[in-house]
Amino acid sequence: MRIAVCIKQVPDTEARLRVAKDGRWIEEDDLRFVINESDEYALEEALRITEAHGGDVVAVCLGPDRAKEALRKALALGCAEAVHLVDDAYQGGDAAATATALAAAVRTLEADLVLSGSQSDDVGYGSTASLLAGHLGWPHAWLVMGVEIEDGASSTKVTREMESGTNEIFRMQLPAVIEVQAGINHPRYASLKGIMKAKRKPLATPSPADLGLESAAIGAAGSRIEIVDVSFPSSGDEAEIIEGDAEAAARSLVEKLQKEARVL
Amino acid sequence: MADAKTIWIVLQLREGGLHRMSREAIAAGQALAARLGARAEAVVLGAEVGDAAAEVAGFDLDAVHVAEHAALGAYTPGAYVGALAPAIRSAAPDFVVFPHTYQSVDYVARLAYEAGAAYVPEVVSFEDGEGELLFRRPVLGGKLQARVRVGGEGVAFLSVQSGAFSGDDARAGSAETRPLELGEITADREILGTETVGGDQVDLSKADVVVAVGRGIGKPENMPIVEELAATLGADIGASRPVIDNGWLPRDRQIGSSGQTVAPKLYLAIGISGAIQHLVGMKGSSTVVSINKDANAPIFTVSDYGIVGDLHEIVPALTAAIADAKG
Repeated sequence: MRIAVCIKQVPDTEARLRVAKDGRWIEEDDLRFVINESDEYALEEALRITEAHGGDVVAVCLGPDRAKEALRKALALGCAEAVHLVDDAYQGGDAAATATALAAAVRTLEADLVLSGSQSDDVGYGSTASLLAGHLGWPHAWLVMGVEIEDGASSTKVTREMESGTNEIFRMQLPAVIEVQAGINHPRYASLKGIMKAKRKPLATPSPADLGLESAAIGAAGSRIEIVDVSFPSSGDEAEIIEGDAEAAARSLVEKLQKEARVL
Repeated sequence: MADAKTIWIVLQLREGGLHRMSREAIAAGQALAARLGARAEAVVLGAEVGDAAAEVAGFDLDAVHVAEHAALGAYTPGAYVGALAPAIRSAAPDFVVFPHTYQSVDYVARLAYEAGAAYVPEVVSFEDGEGELLFRRPVLGGKLQARVRVGGEGVAFLSVQSGAFSGDDARAGSAETRPLELGEITADREILGTETVGGDQVDLSKADVVVAVGRGIGKPENMPIVEELAATLGADIGASRPVIDNGWLPRDRQIGSSGQTVAPKLYLAIGISGAIQHLVGMKGSSTVVSINKDANAPIFTVSDYGIVGDLHEIVPALTAAIADAKG
């Protein structure tokens, strides 16, 4: 099987965030960027499938120059090739514009299966791979917690997460787009050998023209949804923040829980 | 009123009646309709939806479209998209509102592709941005919120986050039901069954005190400080999703939309930033205390008390203070 895995590079979820000066997004200059969490699980799942059934994995990423690091890591983990949509015209798009570009790239790969994470940890539209499935005309499933390839790779048994601790199990025909939920497996670490080998693996950077894309259809130009501004959430009824060093704050909290909240 | 706008609200059913979040979607759709002076019309899908359609007809809506087809009995995205995409293309409503359920999320983006719609997921409120309608939604795991605009021509889809609108605000009234014209509909999944995740060994729903631990704990070797706090309090231990995904606690300890819902007297959130998926599982708690190094963490917006700092120092200090207080 040949599996394309669409990944995104996002700010480290543990990063301390600041709103950028123009208010439209966060300050990115001093942030550490990593592979989006659920995409990392998708990479691992793809590698496990090809290890069990043969074939290879191609990592595809739309993102600026820094995203090359995410693709290098994917190659170090065991992907055979990488495709980086790095041209400026691709950037700044909503989920629909991003899916248009990814679909054009995936079509050139002759994949039997596309995997991706269910949702990005930054913008979090959770839509891109479903829209990609629309472009390809393939069935898709979101929030997938189990993938079992069946019958000479003509179908797959899928376990999908539902509300309140229930999973739904069903069969889908291949080729398909599967959007993986974090927790489906335990992602591996890159080995030193893998990191060394990654340097010699192919990393393509096709331009929009190479993929037959008009620049009006992709990136910010191809988007209907635009972020106007971002801010920290507020309930208007914020927590009472207890000050002091650890010991003083702990004692003060216990007193409040006894006397005000009366829960101790 | 030549160009009166129309809003559709696509409802999810559950055991023959309305899903809780469908009422919230009706409230959201009615609110949006009032803001825009638009018609609000509901859509109900299923194999036999007579009772649910009658229930929906009891709300203040301008119409209830009923899509009945054998292939809509068990949910599959193929059947749902097959039923809805041609109907939306032909009726061309201005907005289509969905409850942001695990089912909607599975098919609404695909439906947006097939219907040529823009899609804004996880909407928590409608806002007026200098005369322009904006939609507020969480980004960066709920650490920030963004206001987004929808430009261009054509339908816009909105899925409404759980709890953002109150189902009690859905206005009663009466609406006429009419059948939705359906084309060819085929399922794209063969449903094999369901399974319960992680068994039901641990029931946190009746716990009086819950100590919940999040990604901020850093590594499993740090868990003993949380276990000691829980033991001192006589609390049950729960966790947010990343802790479970990393295998640091079993899955039946997960609190949130895909895990358990708790409502204790006291909820201590240790190193939990407060993504919406976690908040929906614990917001029924009476008193919430959060310990987090990030003063901007959204968990503080649902907490009564907070301590900003290093949980590795604060948790042992809190355990000692509680032990002292108990004498």
